[in-house]
Parts: sequence; structure tokens; C-alpha cells
Amino acid sequence: MKESDQTIIKIHDLHKRFDQTEVLKGIDLDVHQGEVIVIIGPSGCGKSTLLRCLNGLEPINSGTIELNGQIITDPGTDWSQVRQKIGMVFQNYELFPHLNVLDNILLGPTKVQGRQRSEAKAEAESWLDRVELLNKADSYPRQLSGGQKQRVAIVRALCMSPEVMLFDEVTASLDPEMVREVLDVMLSLAKGGLTMLIVTHEMAFARAVADQVIFMDRGLVVEANEPEAFFSNPETERARRFLNIFQFEGVHKVQESL
Amino acid sequence: MLDFGFMARCVPLFVKAAELTVKLAFWGIVMSTVLGLICALIRYWKIPVLQRLIGVYIELARNTPLMIQLFFLYYGLPRLGLLLEGTTCAIAGLTFLGGAYMAEAFRGGLNAVGRSQIEVGMSIGLKPSQILRHVVLPQALAVSLPVLTATAIFLIKETSVFSIVALPDLMYVAKDLLKEGHSTESNILLVLSYLVIILPVSLIFGWLERRVRFAGFGY
Amino acid sequence: MLDSAISIFTAGRNMARLGEGLWITLKISLSSVGLSVLLGIPAGLLMSSKSRFWRAVLRFYLEFIRIMPILVLLFLLYYSLSSVFNINLPATFVSILVFTLWGTAEMADLVRGAVTSLPKHQWESGRALGLKETQLNLYVIVPQAVRRLLPGVINLTTRMIKTTPFVFFINIPDLVKVAQQIVEVAGLRNNLASVWVYGFIFLIYFAICYPISLYSNYLEKAWQT
Repeated sequence: MKESDQTIIKIHDLHKRFDQTEVLKGIDLDVHQGEVIVIIGPSGCGKSTLLRCLNGLEPINSGTIELNGQIITDPGTDWSQVRQKIGMVFQNYELFPHLNVLDNILLGPTKVQGRQRSEAKAEAESWLDRVELLNKADSYPRQLSGGQKQRVAIVRALCMSPEVMLFDEVTASLDPEMVREVLDVMLSLAKGGLTMLIVTHEMAFARAVADQVIFMDRGLVVEANEPEAFFSNPETERARRFLNIFQFEGVHKVQESL
Repeated sequence: MLDFGFMARCVPLFVKAAELTVKLAFWGIVMSTVLGLICALIRYWKIPVLQRLIGVYIELARNTPLMIQLFFLYYGLPRLGLLLEGTTCAIAGLTFLGGAYMAEAFRGGLNAVGRSQIEVGMSIGLKPSQILRHVVLPQALAVSLPVLTATAIFLIKETSVFSIVALPDLMYVAKDLLKEGHSTESNILLVLSYLVIILPVSLIFGWLERRVRFAGFGY
Repeated sequence: MLDSAISIFTAGRNMARLGEGLWITLKISLSSVGLSVLLGIPAGLLMSSKSRFWRAVLRFYLEFIRIMPILVLLFLLYYSLSSVFNINLPATFVSILVFTLWGTAEMADLVRGAVTSLPKHQWESGRALGLKETQLNLYVIVPQAVRRLLPGVINLTTRMIKTTPFVFFINIPDLVKVAQQIVEVAGLRNNLASVWVYGFIFLIYFAICYPISLYSNYLEKAWQT
């Protein structure tokens, strides 16, 4: 659709263990420029761990991750550099409670990238405007709703101008009526050509936004497919069973006679 | 009846002694805070060996009276070849005691900052030192503040034993005046002196805590 | 060197005198804790009651006690009471009185904290189960309040023990005073007497307070709700 041939991230045979349990058992995945990949799967399948490995939050046991052709899983990796290129948004927003919205966003650009505050502020404000939160620039996180916090968290990651964004179940903690406002922001980012890796349980959203759906189970990629094909006619039995969880049979009440 | 003439004559003595008490308390609190923060950070980063040693130090200091610590420093150490002057000894003793309490106060605050806050700091590319300065410490300080201020006031009160290392502080003056009779007059001046020192500090701390609580820190 | 150190403690009745000093220290601190708990509970209940008058009075009392160094209170009561009212109170009595005044204030604040921190739904769900008020207090409120209180009471005990050396100032022969007397005599012959004796009582205090504070930490962790 819109992805080019240029590979940004290349994951090869990635293994990750927590103590005795192996949570990633050899993952291979390529992420191309402008591609939106949605990763779904039952809880504990390793999808969140995969994102955390990409951001250097979990050390890996074997395999490699490349970013623009450079291996970033070596011990000497400057993760501060890498993380400026790979932004991440978390399930529980994790805004800094002691900083207002604007300072939350500006901490990275000014301290990590050494940018001028005025210039970074202009960019932050234009992003805040895009997610309809410009009037909240001076508010503190505790004064915001969950949906507003998550939109600020997205802007905070975007202001570092990353090449790829990771979204780790970003709507899972939200009240149902706030899910939409966050997903809409992500949809518009996808339309804008941002490269995204999204872990989510929102199936309808996944179908709408994805260029490719990755179905993971027990530490392995079970199926990688186009969204239409995956959701209407999955190739694997495990994916079919997983998708069934989200279907409900109509209930036919039988009136019992006494 | 109170002998006001006597009291008036004593006021300069108490003012001078209060100056000493304030000076000792000030330096003791400053050094305790620095020592406490260093100890708390070493334990927070789980630096091997050092964190064990600091754990032992904290337990020793918190489970023994300041008076014994001072006796040991003032009368014991010179015999081992380390002669401490009264003032140094007092500040060293107060810092030994206070450092341990401050370390515990900071520890509470540091532990209150969630692991995920550090991760999000990492994810926007902040270096460990920047995460400490911009993410962890501001939040930890806000959480620790009530315990830190309570510890500071506790330390000011503990200065009252410094006369045992021959320092002419408030208690020393009061004790000296007992010889002249007039114990009630000198005790009134003693109570007033401590009120003048501690009450403003206590009020300022209270104000500070309220400000931090309402400033959008915390949750 | 160790021999000469041991000889300090074996000389004369020194060990027995230290034991007597320790007994006085413990007697004063433990009686003060006991009295503080007895008086602190009603005071704390008054502090958490609806009466504005009692809340204000006790608040003032608490703040005053918190601001004054305990040593000042000791001086005040020991020297001024005798001269103003012309009564000569025994030093031990005055020390227990002062520590109890302090302990009661701390205890009252603990009780107030324990009672007011109990969530409202504990009363509500108790009533919803059909418990009568006395049953509610006996089975629901008191056990929980005690759990919240006990670590604080134990903590107060170690603080009390660490505060007793102050009685040195009113010439009660507690552990510290005895140690000082021993150092004065032994120091004439043994250069290191002060190191050994003060080091020894340092360890005695530690040996008493450390297990108690460990137990308090343990309770706090085990009863965390």
C-alpha cells in the first residue's frame, strides 16, 4: 500500500527468557518504512515483551535486532541514541506527575536532543493542537482524563521525531468512551505515513489500521497476514480459535413451560 | 514572683547560646541530608558491598542514643588518636545519627517512584543521570518531604544534649544558672529560646509541605 | 589489650553496677511506655472524636510536646516544680512523668491515625452484615486498629529506650551515668577505658533496640493491608 522497500527494523531469531520460561522463542520480523504492523495474540504470548526488547527495556538472550542496518543488540549500544529513533507509548500513560503537559513533552527534546526550548515548544504546541489538547498545555497530569493523558504521552514520544513508534496496549487501561479519541489519533498518524508497531486487543481498529497483522502465541509468530485475509479467513487453526473469543453467538432464550 | 531583673540580665547569655545551637543544628542537618541522600542512592542502586556497609551503619545509628554516640566520639576517639574539638564532635555526632534517619526518609521517596517512570524516561532517551535528576528525585523529594522535615526537627531537638561534650549551648547555660537559684526564670528563658528556634522552622516546613502537596506533585 | 579491657568490667562491682544501671534504664522506659499506652488510647479517641474543644486542646498539647526537646521538659519539671511548689519529687518519678507526657502525645497521635485511617466501608459493611455496635467494635474495628497501632507502639518503645539517657542530666544512676563513673575511675589506670566502656554500652543499647525494631518492621510488613 504505502510501505517502501526500505527496511527500518530487522529482527532475526530473537530469544528472550525470564528465569526458566522462554517468552520469545525465535522471532523474525521486518518492519518497512511507512508500514503499520499490528501484533495481536492472547495475553502472555510475548507481544509486549517483543516491543520492550525493541526499546532496550528488556535485555535479550540471543538473536539480533537491526535498526537501519545497524545491530542494536550488542552490549555497546548507545540506547539513548536508539530510543530517539524508536519512540514508545505505554499502557498506563506514565506521564511525569510533577511536570505539566508542556514540560512532560519538552523534557526529551531539550535534555536529550539539546534543542532550544522555544523551537521545541512551537513543535509541541502544534502537535498538542493536532490532538486537540492545546488548551491543556499548562495542566498537570492529575487534572487530565485517561484519554487525554494517553494523547499527551503520544505527543511526548512524537516530539522526539522518531522513525518508528511502538504502542503497547495503549487503550487497555482506558474507559470505553475514551478509547476512540486515542485510536483516532493513531489512525491519523498511520495515514500520515508514520511507521508503527502496535500491540492491541482492539480488533476492529487493527483491521482498519494495519498493513500487516502478526498473530503471536506462546512466544512465536504463528501467522503473518494481510488484515482482510487474517480477520475473514485466518490460515491457522490457532488464530481462528483466538478470533472466536471476540465473537458471540446470538442467545436464543427458550421459554420453559412449567 | 518571677525575678524579671534576673531574666533580663540572662537574655544575652541565652541569645549567645541559641546562636550556637542554631549553628550546630544547621550544619548537622545540612550534612545529615547530604550523607542521607548519598546513602539512600547507594542502596537504591544496590552498589555491592557499599550497600551492605551502609545498611549496617543505618541500623547502628538508628538503634543507639545520640548521647552514647557523642560520648564515644568525644571521650573515646581521642584515646584512639583522633582528637575532635567539641563543635566538630557535635556536628559529626549529629550527622552520624541524622544521616541514617535521612537515608531512611529518602529511601521511602525513592521507592515510591515506580519502575515504569524510569522506563518511560529511558524510552525518550534520557540518560540515567538525567532520569535521576529530572524524573526520580523531584518525585522522591515530594514524597519524602514530610519525613525529611520531621527528621530535621527531631535533629534540632537532639542538639539539646550537646552540653555533655562541653559546648556552651542553651542547656549548658540553663544548667549553669541553676547554681544561682532562679531555676524557674532560667527554665522559662530556656523554653522560650527553643520555641523561638523551632516554632518558625516548624511553621515553614508545614507551609512547604502544603505547597508541595497542592502543587501538582504527588497523585 | 583485651585483658586490660576485661579487667575494667571485672574490677570491683562494675559489672553488677552496669546491670543495675541497665535495670533503671529499662524500668523507666518500660513504665513510661506502659503508662503512655494507657493514657494515649483515650486521648487518641478524644482527638478523633467530634468534639472541637478536645481536638483543639489535644492538638495544642501534641504540638507543644513535639516542639520542645524532651530534655527541656525534664529540666522544667525537675527543677522548676520543686522551686515553684516547694515539693521535692524523686528524680525517677519526674523522668517517668516527663517521658509519659511525651509518650502519651505520640500514642494519642498514633491512635488518631489508626482510627481515622480505617476506611468508612468497614463500618458500613459491618452494619450491613447485621452486627450490633459492640460486636462491630469488638470484631471489626478493634482488631484492625490494633494491627495498625502495634508497630507504632513497638517503635515508640525503642524511641523511649533511646531517650532515657537524658536522665543522666538529673543524676539518675542509669546505664550512662554508671558508665561515666566507671570511666572516671578506670580511666586513671587504663588509657582506653572510655573506648571500651562507652563502646560496650553502645552495643548494649543496640542489642536491645535492634531486635525490637526488626520485630516492628516484620509486623508492619506482615500486617500490611
